[in-house]
Amino acid sequence: MKLLKTVCLLTITSLLLTSCKSEEKKEIAMVDTANIYIKGTIDAELTSPPFVPAPVGDRTAKKLLVNMEILEKEGEMTDGVKYVYWTFGGSVPGSFIRTRVGDEVEFTLSNHPDNKLPHNIDMHAVTGPGGGATSSFVAPGHKKTFSFKTLNPGLYVYHCATAPVGMHIANGMYGLILVEPEGGLPKVDKEYYIMQGDFYTKGENGERGLQPFDMTKAIKEEADYVVFNGKVGALTGDDAITANVGETVRLYVGNGGPNLTSSFHVIGEIFDKVHIEGGDLINTNVQTTSIPSGGAAIVEFKVEVPGTFIIVDHAIFRAFNKGALGMLKVTGEENKKLYSGVKQEGIYLPEGGTIQTMPDNTKKEVAVQSSNKTLAQKLKDGKNVYMKTCFACHQAEGQGIPNAFPPLAKSDYLNADVKRAIGIVLNGKTGEITVNGKKYNSVMTKQTLTDEEVADVMTYVYNSWGNNKTNVSINTVKEVKNSH
Amino acid sequence: MITNCQSKMVPIKGGNYIPLYGRDSMKVSINDFLMDVYPVTNKEYLAFIKKHPKWQRSKTIKLFVDGSYLREWKTDTTLNVNQKLKSPVTQVSWFAAKSYCESQGKRLPTVDEWEYVAMANKTMPDARKEEAYNQFILGWYEKPKTFNQTIGSTFRNYWRVYDLHGLVWEWTSDFNSVLISGESRKDVDKDSNLFCGSAAINATDLMNYAAFMRYAIRGSLKARYSMRNLGFRCVKDDKTN
Repeated sequence: MKLLKTVCLLTITSLLLTSCKSEEKKEIAMVDTANIYIKGTIDAELTSPPFVPAPVGDRTAKKLLVNMEILEKEGEMTDGVKYVYWTFGGSVPGSFIRTRVGDEVEFTLSNHPDNKLPHNIDMHAVTGPGGGATSSFVAPGHKKTFSFKTLNPGLYVYHCATAPVGMHIANGMYGLILVEPEGGLPKVDKEYYIMQGDFYTKGENGERGLQPFDMTKAIKEEADYVVFNGKVGALTGDDAITANVGETVRLYVGNGGPNLTSSFHVIGEIFDKVHIEGGDLINTNVQTTSIPSGGAAIVEFKVEVPGTFIIVDHAIFRAFNKGALGMLKVTGEENKKLYSGVKQEGIYLPEGGTIQTMPDNTKKEVAVQSSNKTLAQKLKDGKNVYMKTCFACHQAEGQGIPNAFPPLAKSDYLNADVKRAIGIVLNGKTGEITVNGKKYNSVMTKQTLTDEEVADVMTYVYNSWGNNKTNVSINTVKEVKNSH
Repeated sequence: MITNCQSKMVPIKGGNYIPLYGRDSMKVSINDFLMDVYPVTNKEYLAFIKKHPKWQRSKTIKLFVDGSYLREWKTDTTLNVNQKLKSPVTQVSWFAAKSYCESQGKRLPTVDEWEYVAMANKTMPDARKEEAYNQFILGWYEKPKTFNQTIGSTFRNYWRVYDLHGLVWEWTSDFNSVLISGESRKDVDKDSNLFCGSAAINATDLMNYAAFMRYAIRGSLKARYSMRNLGFRCVKDDKTN
């Protein structure tokens, strides 16, 4: 005996004709989403990143039960660097929630008994005070339930809003909730969940051990780590996201901040479609899309050729020095029409990391009388060269960058052969090498350094980070140079 | 040794101080009082509930405790294997803590009394500006399961009181008198007198965010709640003065 609530689904379709001329037509469909009729109850599927729940498709609006647990737990920011994350659902970012417009979400937030702090949740998809924060403030060992109706389709951030709000967000308490439009989003082949965040630690980037949160750096917005999905390397190597040639990939990209805006970019791809700020406005053929902190975007593109596509925040030092780097691995048939691959290979090395200058013939090179430099002096000078030239790739502690640049610290490859190492500095190196059991395949360019600088920097490297303390002389450098 | 001095109290000399939620005009004065040196332990609480069976888990009135009350205990009167006699008792409600203190002729400290004693480090009565002091407190937030430690395992402060920071949160008699609503951002609204001071949110120093969390946790509690990280200790007015 149910009344068919036709009133609830009020669709006003109006036809606008421009007054002056032309047959230009515009259809505006307006649905009062507050009155969408709800039928039945289902449990929400929640997924941890980079995965997303199955599409909503064309199911009717329902009461959707979401159960989320807050866990404060230790994790690894990068090799050897521990951090206590505060999480929604055990991951950073928190579990992905997928709903459709008109759903009534009944949200239960449970604060694990072992947690130290009270928390709550502010969902940008909520129309209501505090985005739900007011109703969800919950002490450890307790849970709170509230419900809301999803009125606007889009991709929305959720986060904790308990004092000090910035700290809760900085510790990883954020995630995404997708509200699909009536009928669902168009079908694609692959969907992934990526969320950027900036982290502030007491120690500098790479400093080992359990790193506490640093409020002062957070206020100054001096991030030590800027990462996708909560840690350095969450989306690289074996954890890279994947697709096959010819497939369409949709990325739900959020930015938890707390501070930094993301210049989201996939190297070697052009976004066919971007839902700007996660809303209805669609831009096409986009290279880099800006995602504010506390904001999101949906990007879609078809992958046409195989290879590894690097996902970055194009504020590029964040990518190569602070961790904002992920990978999309595409497998399938090459398409030489679209991309040739390497046609010819060789080494062209006009510049290394050092500053380039034009040759200056007016100044005669003075033979450097430095063979009698002390070891301490060599180490000091060598460190200067290192910081100028080698630091960006091999990093401050010689730890390298996983899957990209080999470590110099305790490096078996380095320690095995001094002359080979000098040769690489002088001449550059491409191709696969194995360092400490891991394979690297990258390019090191030839470094334009004087023989003395080479001797100094090599001595510095050999006398640092557990290497074999070789003292490299200028003569050895000359020897290697001449043997080439 | 610890067991012997456990019920021992030390005198706290009263004075004026400005609490976190205060302004210059809101100095609070504290009278002299006595405070327990350590938080109440499992052993002591066990003795209490043997004497007062109405506070045993299965016998409590549900108005006074929630479902987590002494939940980790094996039975009404036995601890679990991983619980130590000398660890602070946790998972007790405010009602239970209050009743315990009263049974000893004591009472729960007020927020102001607790904060007043807890702002001391090892050497100074007010160390709130000391970075190391604040780092210690903040470091605790990042250490899991500190409720399993034993009493006396942190530091003895200026007043010779142990474990105010670094072990467990502690109940206070008026824990919810400084209200923090669920919406923390609202509490700094200039129109709101819930949390006096939009200044607090602008504060950049460590002291504010360490202390903020104590006010936040208190704000999230109800008197029948109990938590694994929440214990208590008692105080007594100093009648000698």
